[in-house]
Amino acid sequence: MHGFIAVYLRELLILKYRFKRQLSGMAVTPLLYLLTFGYAMGDIIRMNGQSYLEFLIPGLVAMSSMTQAFAIATDINVARFYWKIFEEFQAAPISNLAYVAAETLAGVTRALMAIIVILLLSLCFGVSLHYGFWFWLAILLNATVFASLAVALAMLVKSHADQSLLTSFIITPMAFLGGTFFPLDNLPGWVQKVLSMLPLTHASHAIRSSALHQTQSPTDYWLLAALAMIFFLLALRCVGQARD
Amino acid sequence: MIEIDQLQKSYGTVRAVDGLDLRVAAGELFAFLGPNGAGKSTTIRMLTGLTRPDGGSARLNGYDIRREPVAAKRQCGLVAQQTNLDNELTVRENLDIHGRLFAMPARERRERIEELLAFVEMSDRAESLVKTLSGGLKRRVMIARALLHRPPILFLDEPTVGLDAAIRRRIWALLKRTRQQGATLFLTTHYIEEAEFLADRVAFLDQGQIVALDAPERLMAGLGTWAIDQLDESGLSTSYFASREEAGAFCTLQTQELTLRRVNLEDVFLDLTGKKVR
Repeated sequence: MHGFIAVYLRELLILKYRFKRQLSGMAVTPLLYLLTFGYAMGDIIRMNGQSYLEFLIPGLVAMSSMTQAFAIATDINVARFYWKIFEEFQAAPISNLAYVAAETLAGVTRALMAIIVILLLSLCFGVSLHYGFWFWLAILLNATVFASLAVALAMLVKSHADQSLLTSFIITPMAFLGGTFFPLDNLPGWVQKVLSMLPLTHASHAIRSSALHQTQSPTDYWLLAALAMIFFLLALRCVGQARD
Repeated sequence: MIEIDQLQKSYGTVRAVDGLDLRVAAGELFAFLGPNGAGKSTTIRMLTGLTRPDGGSARLNGYDIRREPVAAKRQCGLVAQQTNLDNELTVRENLDIHGRLFAMPARERRERIEELLAFVEMSDRAESLVKTLSGGLKRRVMIARALLHRPPILFLDEPTVGLDAAIRRRIWALLKRTRQQGATLFLTTHYIEEAEFLADRVAFLDQGQIVALDAPERLMAGLGTWAIDQLDESGLSTSYFASREEAGAFCTLQTQELTLRRVNLEDVFLDLTGKKVR
């Protein structure tokens, strides 16, 4: 437990020092999406009886919970390759489980901060949805999926450049194709099948359904929970193998 | 006590550490001397759990580094070759996180941090962000951090590399004081004078193997006391002499420019391997 607290506390301290920068970074992208896609086009487009802003905000929540949780990979990467802080953890008498759990929780913490920023921004745009238990559970599961994936991949990459490539090839396409900005129902059947394999598609669906009080699909939650478990175990394995 | 038996590590086809056998007694200040790539850092990385050995075994105060890694890690502190402090945190926060990693109770952690900041003469910089410190101050923080959890064994990988002479001497004084407090110190260096000044025993490492191991004065005595360097058509050659008189007699027979000096550990290494340490 002491190892878990030490690693998580370090992440919180770094977050404290970067708080203003981090917060503005978390606000800028959603604000731009809300202004351009939501506000400017909001009156033109309607989605299943909702305004486009009401459709967009749960999508932004899903996307930000993914990108912010996954961003922990960059921090781990910098700590590993540039500051060599990872060696301090490796030389300490702490378990891999403590390290992975603390870094994953740090990713989830960042994701939750980003979501709060988006919800506050959406209030400024006059949109208030239903933010109940299932909404937050979907966010937590989605953030855990991507934070543990981030820890695993941060251990596998050999350089900071590799890390950027992973973000470009995994996160950016998913952010656009995972049901964040448009409904997948109108796409051809085979495209829908392919996109249904993305975790973000299920996160977007679960978050949107709960925020708009629509029918929930338990499959989304079970799938996210299973993926979170798989990626967490993968991260444990990767941290164990990170010693050269 | 450090016990190493047939420790091995390879990177591809290169044998970084090749069947190393070594005993370092409790309370000893031991130095590994050798050129870059000799296997010094790899040995320390294996002993401190940063690198997995390919073969062999090692025990730190009786704890096997492979079978009991957590207990073995509790026995040691590490000052790594590269600065590995959190630049964005303060000196105190860096030390506090380290104390938590080693499960130190809150009160003991606070007291020990004050004690070590005083020890490395940095009490006034406790709240400074690490990124604002000079290289020498960062090294001192690293030494304080490595000592925080009272490890019986302290590993130092090139602790003064890149530092100027004055700061290097301050760090030597710190290491001597640490040793006086009963710790076992195991350091790697390629600074000849550092090994001569600090170490009880020195091991010369070359291509992953120990080529000589003894007290510095005994290693040097094997060659002589005085050395004469002379430059001729074939390059720089060195001759060794037991006494100054013998060296003086040699000089009278020479016509080239000569330099008379005392024998040092570099001469021993050169004599053994044909290579320079640096």
